[in-house]
Amino acid sequence: MSVNYGSKRVVVGAHYGLRDWLSQRVTAVLMALFTLALLAQVIFSKGPIGYDKWAGIFSAQWMKVLTFSVIVALAWHAWIGLREVLMDYIKPVGLRLALQVFSIVWLVGCAGWGIQVLWRL
Amino acid sequence: MTELAKKRPEFRNINAFKDLTTYRMTPAAWVSILHRGSGLIMFLLLPFIIWMFDTSVSSEISFARFSAAFNIGIGFVPGWFIKLVALALIWAYLHHFTAGLRHLWMDVSHSAVNKEFGKSSAFAVLAISITLTLVLGAKLFGLY
Repeated sequence: MSVNYGSKRVVVGAHYGLRDWLSQRVTAVLMALFTLALLAQVIFSKGPIGYDKWAGIFSAQWMKVLTFSVIVALAWHAWIGLREVLMDYIKPVGLRLALQVFSIVWLVGCAGWGIQVLWRL
Repeated sequence: MTELAKKRPEFRNINAFKDLTTYRMTPAAWVSILHRGSGLIMFLLLPFIIWMFDTSVSSEISFARFSAAFNIGIGFVPGWFIKLVALALIWAYLHHFTAGLRHLWMDVSHSAVNKEFGKSSAFAVLAISITLTLVLGAKLFGLY
């Protein structure tokens, strides 16, 4: 990753290609592992899943920590993907900026709501 | 220069309706555009996903409201429509998940980066995601 501070900072180029690519992979793997962890708990629970069992899965502290990370990972992952899609298809700069701002607000808002639900359990 | 070479068509400013419809999409192209489409669907339905999370875990009462939304409906929205939206999300997740695994596999394996694997893995992604969507969709709509 390029140095963006001090006397040795790189003043040309963007250099966020690798960072974005790697971030998207890492967040994807985290979300996939979360899916497996959640699926395993649903499949291996005995009897029909009612409110108690379902809420019980998320009320475990380790699950809360994992879910929190996944919410952050999801917002980050979606932002990288959405930014790419917007750069590909939306050519007018003003419209693209507006949609990018909307995406950020949408993602941050949804992440906040999800985290609030999680931590009041 | 031959007559043939001179007449090669040039495509500039691709029109979404006139040009795009004439493209012959390969399986890998379908998987690619559906990966974007499914991602966009999940992005737009994010509030619905969190609403489901909220109502299903918050309390017994909200859990009952969550179940009723699917079985009876909520407000003016009928239950079958909620199920249909949930089915769209199920497909989007399954497609995005399997196509994502294909991406990761191609990232770590040089032997996976060729035309043959691109085609066969694209078919596998479509087969797995569509089959699982049908199986889970049948369960969601109470067919078994």
